[in-house]
Amino acid sequence: MKHFALILRTVAAWAVTLLLVFPLIWLVLTAFKTEQQAIAIPPELFFVPTMESFAEVNLRSDYLLYARNSVLTSVISTLLGLAIAAPAAYSMAFFRTKRTRDILMWMLSTKMMPAVGALVPIYVMAQTAGMLDTLSGLIIVFTLSNLPIMVWMLYSGFKDIPPDILEAARMDGANVWLEFLHVIRPLAMGTLSSTGLLCLVLSWNEAFWSLNLSSAKAGTLATLIASYSSPEGLFWAKLSAASLMAIAPIVVVGWFSQKQLVQGLTFGAVK
Amino acid sequence: MAFLELNGVEKYFGTVHAIRGINLAIEKGEFVVFVGPSGCGKSTLLRLIAGLEPIDAGRLVLDGRDITQLASSKRDLAMVFQSYALYPHMSVADNMSFALRLANVDRAIIKEKVQRAAEILNLTNYLARTPKELSGGQRQRVAIGRAIVRAPKVFLFDEPLSNLDAALRGQTRLEIVKLHRELGATTIYVTHDQTEAMTMADRVVVLRDGAVEQVGSPLDLYDSPANRFVAQFIGTPQMNVVDTTELPGLGDIVGARASTDGFIGVRPEHVLVLPAGSGRLPAQVEVVESLGADTLIYASTRRDGKAGVTLVAKQNSRTRLRVGDSIGLDITPQSFHLFDRQGHTVSARQ
Repeated sequence: MKHFALILRTVAAWAVTLLLVFPLIWLVLTAFKTEQQAIAIPPELFFVPTMESFAEVNLRSDYLLYARNSVLTSVISTLLGLAIAAPAAYSMAFFRTKRTRDILMWMLSTKMMPAVGALVPIYVMAQTAGMLDTLSGLIIVFTLSNLPIMVWMLYSGFKDIPPDILEAARMDGANVWLEFLHVIRPLAMGTLSSTGLLCLVLSWNEAFWSLNLSSAKAGTLATLIASYSSPEGLFWAKLSAASLMAIAPIVVVGWFSQKQLVQGLTFGAVK
Repeated sequence: MAFLELNGVEKYFGTVHAIRGINLAIEKGEFVVFVGPSGCGKSTLLRLIAGLEPIDAGRLVLDGRDITQLASSKRDLAMVFQSYALYPHMSVADNMSFALRLANVDRAIIKEKVQRAAEILNLTNYLARTPKELSGGQRQRVAIGRAIVRAPKVFLFDEPLSNLDAALRGQTRLEIVKLHRELGATTIYVTHDQTEAMTMADRVVVLRDGAVEQVGSPLDLYDSPANRFVAQFIGTPQMNVVDTTELPGLGDIVGARASTDGFIGVRPEHVLVLPAGSGRLPAQVEVVESLGADTLIYASTRRDGKAGVTLVAKQNSRTRLRVGDSIGLDITPQSFHLFDRQGHTVSARQ
């Protein structure tokens, strides 16, 4: 009976997993098909894989430029975000006032409005500042839009560090920077890395602002994918190839940092 | 000039006046205990000295230097926290050497100092462990080790024993006193436990509501308390304090001026328990507490068949008295304290 339950659970787990991964598998398969195979009905499960679509995508658009833009915008906005959010979270977690809670709620509330609501003012500001289709424009927008979540995550992580320990470090002769470096950083490593990773992924996948504020020069991989769902009709195979190339780097990063992340999280949990 | 001087130190938390104009001079090498009931401001005062809270008014001078505005990291003080506050991600050795590493002290010197502190505190076998692998008592010793490795100008202890069980508390208390004698370091020690204050201190500072009630050696406080609060705070069991209107005869018995209006205080060891019929205060036993070495007898005085005030007597012999027994009480001559209506000690013995 116990055995039966185990089998049932395993089957259910596989079913859910397949359901979730199915679109991704479909994407990967389609990327290696020709356009004819991609739209064939019934769909072909067994076919001779071809790199045709990848070659076409590389020929028609500068993949490396978009990839470089994605890397720069996501990495720099993450680092910048951490640099701004960490001090904010530090002061909120360790020097609480009766308004701290309200400020946190207010920051989060900005994420409750749909992004499109702020499109016109931000577009106009970017235009006036000459930042349309520039990397710095995108970096600023990505950083600011991720900031509330980063502050929240870091705040809840820092809050778990007993303030006595920081006071002890101060008595031991640490200034704020040394206190952060030697005490908060190691104790909140899990929080810091998971916050960083989340923001990296969010910035990488960000499509709304990059589509609206950038095009040929500062466009990210999200805009590259979008350019294949063009008015001339859909090219499934090329769209899939472009998507695969766009998501591959972040999936690899996620895969590797997963281990680090788990390590970091268990380390942080040890009090 | 004293080693550490507090001049008119004030602290407000919002509208709460937490520390009210404290003046205090602490000499080099002295062991000073701040004691008082919870909420009296003793920990706040320590944190002001440590620089963990800003001082709102007044001056703090350490070794001739004004440190009122100086950051805690630059005051050259070490603190032992109630929660130990060890760095959980560092080994015992790293915990103890953290301050020296921050100060870029030579590695060989750090190693030697940590080794010596570990020997003093019996931690040599635990240097590689992390705090979570240690018992409460060991953690406490690491926290003390972290302080002594630095050889700071002043040691600050914030109720360091309150997380230990009774047996360990007594033992650690002795160790801290011995350590102080060996190192001769100036120490400020905060506790709510008057026994710790009495046994450890060179001088005791009794605080109430953010103000100093009295400063003096433990026996000074015991023998000549400045007011009713100190009289009752120091000493177990508490001093008997009786309103002169409740027991009018008591003034004559102890030998105080009959006209005194206020309170008369008598330590329990000065209340004599006598057989019924003798003694000047007839009474009835209410509770008997046998502590082995000591016996506490709580008895209520009787007048015209009615219960009066309850007095506690302490004697160091055992008793056969039982609850309800009639006895007589008397007071050792000239062993009383007089307080006026405001609770101040009236320079008493006529």
